[in-house]
Amino acid sequence: MSTANQRVLPGFSLSLGYTLFYLTLLVLIPLGACFVKASSLTFDQFWATVWSERACNAYALTFGAAFIAAFVNCLIGLLLAWVLVRYEFPMKRYFDAIVDLPLALPTAVAGLVYASLYVPNGWLGQVLVPLGIEAAYTRLGIVLVLIFTGLPFVVRTVQPVLENFDPEVEEAAASLGATRWQTFRRVLFPGLVPALLTGFALALARGLGEYGSVVFISGNIQNQTEIAPFLIVAKLEEFKYGEATALAIVLLVFSLVLLGLINLLERWSKKHA
Amino acid sequence: MSITVRNVSKRFGNFAALDRVSVDVPGGSLVALLGPSGSGKTTLLRIIAGLEVADEGEVHCAGEDITRQRPGERNMGFVFQHYALFRHMSVLENVAFALRVRGRPESSIQERVRQLLHLVRLDGLERRYPSQLSGGQRQRVALARALAAEPRVLLLDEPFGALDAKVRQELRQWLRHLHDDIGVTSLFVTHDQEEAFEVADQVVVMQRGRVEQTGTPQEVFEHPANAFVMDFLGNVNVFHGRVQSGRARFGSLAYPCPEYQYEEERSAAVYVRPHELEIDRNATGEGSLPARVQHVIAAGSVAKIQVLVADSGQDLAIEMSRERLAELKLQAGDSVYVFPRRAHVFCGEYCI
Repeated sequence: MSTANQRVLPGFSLSLGYTLFYLTLLVLIPLGACFVKASSLTFDQFWATVWSERACNAYALTFGAAFIAAFVNCLIGLLLAWVLVRYEFPMKRYFDAIVDLPLALPTAVAGLVYASLYVPNGWLGQVLVPLGIEAAYTRLGIVLVLIFTGLPFVVRTVQPVLENFDPEVEEAAASLGATRWQTFRRVLFPGLVPALLTGFALALARGLGEYGSVVFISGNIQNQTEIAPFLIVAKLEEFKYGEATALAIVLLVFSLVLLGLINLLERWSKKHA
Repeated sequence: MSITVRNVSKRFGNFAALDRVSVDVPGGSLVALLGPSGSGKTTLLRIIAGLEVADEGEVHCAGEDITRQRPGERNMGFVFQHYALFRHMSVLENVAFALRVRGRPESSIQERVRQLLHLVRLDGLERRYPSQLSGGQRQRVALARALAAEPRVLLLDEPFGALDAKVRQELRQWLRHLHDDIGVTSLFVTHDQEEAFEVADQVVVMQRGRVEQTGTPQEVFEHPANAFVMDFLGNVNVFHGRVQSGRARFGSLAYPCPEYQYEEERSAAVYVRPHELEIDRNATGEGSLPARVQHVIAAGSVAKIQVLVADSGQDLAIEMSRERLAELKLQAGDSVYVFPRRAHVFCGEYCI
């Protein structure tokens, strides 16, 4: 009975082999090399690098800003996806296409544009700075560019889910006496939570690794607006490769734990959706 | 509570889904809207529920004009063909939904849900999710959900359309019993005439956005108002012939039709149901057609026989009791004579 274990789809071993090969070549080997490089440090050196005040401030800023940006993106992204799915308006397709722009635009350009807009004599800066809102070379600026780069992830994960909602379910809620808000809050929103969590995770991951746009707007002031990826680059420029990889590993481990947690949350919320 | 629909029209672009439709649903009755797909029956139901807005005309419920009310204000229970249950909610939460959005106290909600689940025979499934239920169970949850806030009217859109034959049969009879128990005015849409006849007190037959006939199941079956109703309600054999001064002639047959007293000849269609055609071995005077037996299906509660009329080459479907079949000992290839015991003659307007 040699056919008993055969799969309907052919090529399982071949495709799995390719997948593992590329995954190893492109992801696992570089990551492994990171660990090898970091092991050139003694434990004390490692600890001194990753637990310095400057490093801790950089982690806090990186995670904090990415977290806030991803959260804001969930709100804006949900609204944007809602408008794109639910309403018809002129040029809708162009607006839809613009959503993907942050993915295509070199992020350094975004950072430069944001910085030049928000400096005290920039277009927005000359209005906002007198009001006490300073975005250029501050943490606010970092959050703003991270919102920019992360937005497409939330929109593109929520949009298809919204499109697939059965209109009958909303009609059922309406005929059962629910108001529009109750329908959204009790019927639609719970169905969107898994997609929102996925979008949040992607935007967060993007924000954690973002470098190009942030360096131009943050000013990179130690302990204030210096993000962890910039600190790593700074170490590289000082030829301290071991320390740079040590910081990278801390960032990596934190990110993995965080994404793992979000995944669990997502799975839990998806259980009955 | 009674529903009255007055001259309701609805267009979707160039398509007239409803054309000045008027329907009366007496309080406490169970009425079926019966018609082929595209006849406008679902649109009518959705207009009554407020899910669709009529272009013209009025909808009244218990004498009150509800044409401009939002769905939620109408307090009507609506059951969808594909259940439209809230997937992320348990059975309990689904059924409790209408009570929760009305802000009823928790204790009374629990009590009411328990009562309703007992009514739809789903006791003990409160904690299940829709994905863990069978189709029939889901539709009963949808029904309990629609009944939760004690609606004035229950509207069902092809409620059993997505279920398999056996479950459909059971649920039909169960719906009839449920209606007899709780007596809520109910209107349901179906394209299955058997379902409409079995369940409903009154049947409204619709076609192309119009009401063709309204009446009890027996009335519409025995006395179809026109050829469409005749044709839609079960199988028919159609003969094309001519009428003149109260007689219809088709082939070598003649049949009296006193309602058509035309002086000149007009073309007409003669409709005969399979059980109204008789077969005999011998010719019975002038009123029979020579034919050849093509196929005999003896399995089932009645025997079905296919014959081919000798001169016109027309296929006829005939039904008879199994006893009569045994008596005649019919077999494929036999030469027989066929004549109608009863026929409906329709002149002009509609042709298949």
